[in-house]
Amino acid sequence: MDSSKLKNFAKIATNVRKNALTAVFCANSGHPGGSLSIADILTVLYFEVMNIDPKNPKWEDRDRFVLSKGHCSPALYGVLSERGFFPKDEIKNFRCVTSYLQGHPDMKGVPGVDMSTGSLGQGFSAACGMAISAKINKKNYRVYTALGDGELQEGQIWEAAMFAAHYKLDNLTAFVDFNGLQIDGDITKVMNPLPIDEKFKAFGWNVITIDGHNYEEIYNAIMTAKTTKDKPTVIVAKTIKGKGVSFMENNASWHGVAPKPEQYEQAIKELDEYLEKLGA
Amino acid sequence: MSEKIATREAYGKALAELGDKYKNLIVLDADLSKSTKTDLFKAKFPERFINCGIAESNMMSVAAGIASCGNIVFASSFAMFAAGRAFEQVRNSIGYPHLNVKIGASHAGITVGEDGASHQCIEDIALMRSIPGMVVINPCDATSTKALVEEAIKHNGPVYLRLGRLTVDVIYEEGRDFKIGKSITLKEGRDVTIIATGLMVQEALKAFTILEEKGISARIIDMHTIKPIDEEAIIKAAKETKAIITCEEHNIYGGLGSAVAEVLGENYPIKMKRIGIKDEFGRSGDPKALMKKYGITSDDIVAKTLEILK
Repeated sequence: MDSSKLKNFAKIATNVRKNALTAVFCANSGHPGGSLSIADILTVLYFEVMNIDPKNPKWEDRDRFVLSKGHCSPALYGVLSERGFFPKDEIKNFRCVTSYLQGHPDMKGVPGVDMSTGSLGQGFSAACGMAISAKINKKNYRVYTALGDGELQEGQIWEAAMFAAHYKLDNLTAFVDFNGLQIDGDITKVMNPLPIDEKFKAFGWNVITIDGHNYEEIYNAIMTAKTTKDKPTVIVAKTIKGKGVSFMENNASWHGVAPKPEQYEQAIKELDEYLEKLGA
Repeated sequence: MSEKIATREAYGKALAELGDKYKNLIVLDADLSKSTKTDLFKAKFPERFINCGIAESNMMSVAAGIASCGNIVFASSFAMFAAGRAFEQVRNSIGYPHLNVKIGASHAGITVGEDGASHQCIEDIALMRSIPGMVVINPCDATSTKALVEEAIKHNGPVYLRLGRLTVDVIYEEGRDFKIGKSITLKEGRDVTIIATGLMVQEALKAFTILEEKGISARIIDMHTIKPIDEEAIIKAAKETKAIITCEEHNIYGGLGSAVAEVLGENYPIKMKRIGIKDEFGRSGDPKALMKKYGITSDDIVAKTLEILK
């Protein structure tokens, strides 16, 4: 991957992060930590990989994405608005009674949202449904989904993992946003889901482990998943919760709290400085 | 009519028959296809049948994903697991996005029989009717089941179909018209109105004959759709008869009786009594013996009618 492409991803992802923080700041509620950790993956999916048309969000042959960790809607809305699915101005109305940008993704109201999520575990199953639907209806679209590492504590995740492997859903690629933190703290202390890779392997999945902030690794893993036959692929992406904002990084207290005005300003300043460095 | 068919059997046959007409019909089950009778569909359309294993929660969200891609999905299990165990998946994955998933829930009520209380779901109508936009149907016989399965297919949005294990008399002729939300008045009457759903319709018809012999004119209504409920028929009955009795194989809290009481309370309050399971769990036993024990037979309907008309 050439350096200009990598730089472009970095610019887009930084804007996605700014959008996400603006959404949470304006709403004075929402989930910044996990939104910042998933931003790079969403950027590669929506700007490089997925076969989508922002002008025709319900196009039946499109690739699908399900944000199973639905509370990170600020990042999803951030990338969808960057990609042109809806006006960027709407971001400021996140969680407002007059806006279609619900606290958790609503497929009925938000252009580009393929499944309503928010209750953990369910989006993963719905993604399996979309993937098996493609097999039955002989469609070539691919299905992507993103799970939280804390979300792996939901029993339904493992029902779905069994289902996807049993039906050989090789058109399904799941990301685990492995940032190591959940609301109550360290995932290994709250309810240890490790080892993630061995568990998915035991369930019959193709497992790839990457740095979830390295665009090349994200892209290459998706390409490997595309060519893997008869098995679904899970990409265990090691990430940093709060990535990109110094005081939010690796801090569980930023899971579901909005920044105060001075904190928001500081965060945006840091992201703008990074954009400047990239030559935006 | 002497023919007896369980509504679950009629459901399975209807799916197998309608699979030709509706090419985007996909059927899911959770390891109970021989009991829910979706095996009849599976035999004919194996490529459109998915066994989800014993994992009802996953099945409901998988159904949502399949429906989101433009298919009509039937997801089947026992009522206890479809409405009970997977309630939140039905609510959030199917109900909230208003997807085209139809839940075929068999083995509802105490007439599951010998399996006992753990499998006798008497809470499903209450649970399902509390989900915004969910249609709740409880057909009484094979003919109405078949017709209402197709009505459910034609309806855009989620539908809960409550089905029974026990074989029951066929009371309707083939070809009769059934519409979601439109009840059927089986007998006209002036003194009392008996509103029944599911296999209690047959009990109500038996009660009608006994009451007729006693000189009481009972109106019998088959309320096959509990949500949206036929308010017009209920208000009309309230105006034209002296009292209303509801009959269901469900807890008296939250089911048909509650739905009818809501309509009466807001529009035309008159005396009413609810026949159903009186807030207790069932137990193992022969279905008929259980109906007697829990007070939901035609004799109980007659006794309640005499009491309310006193």
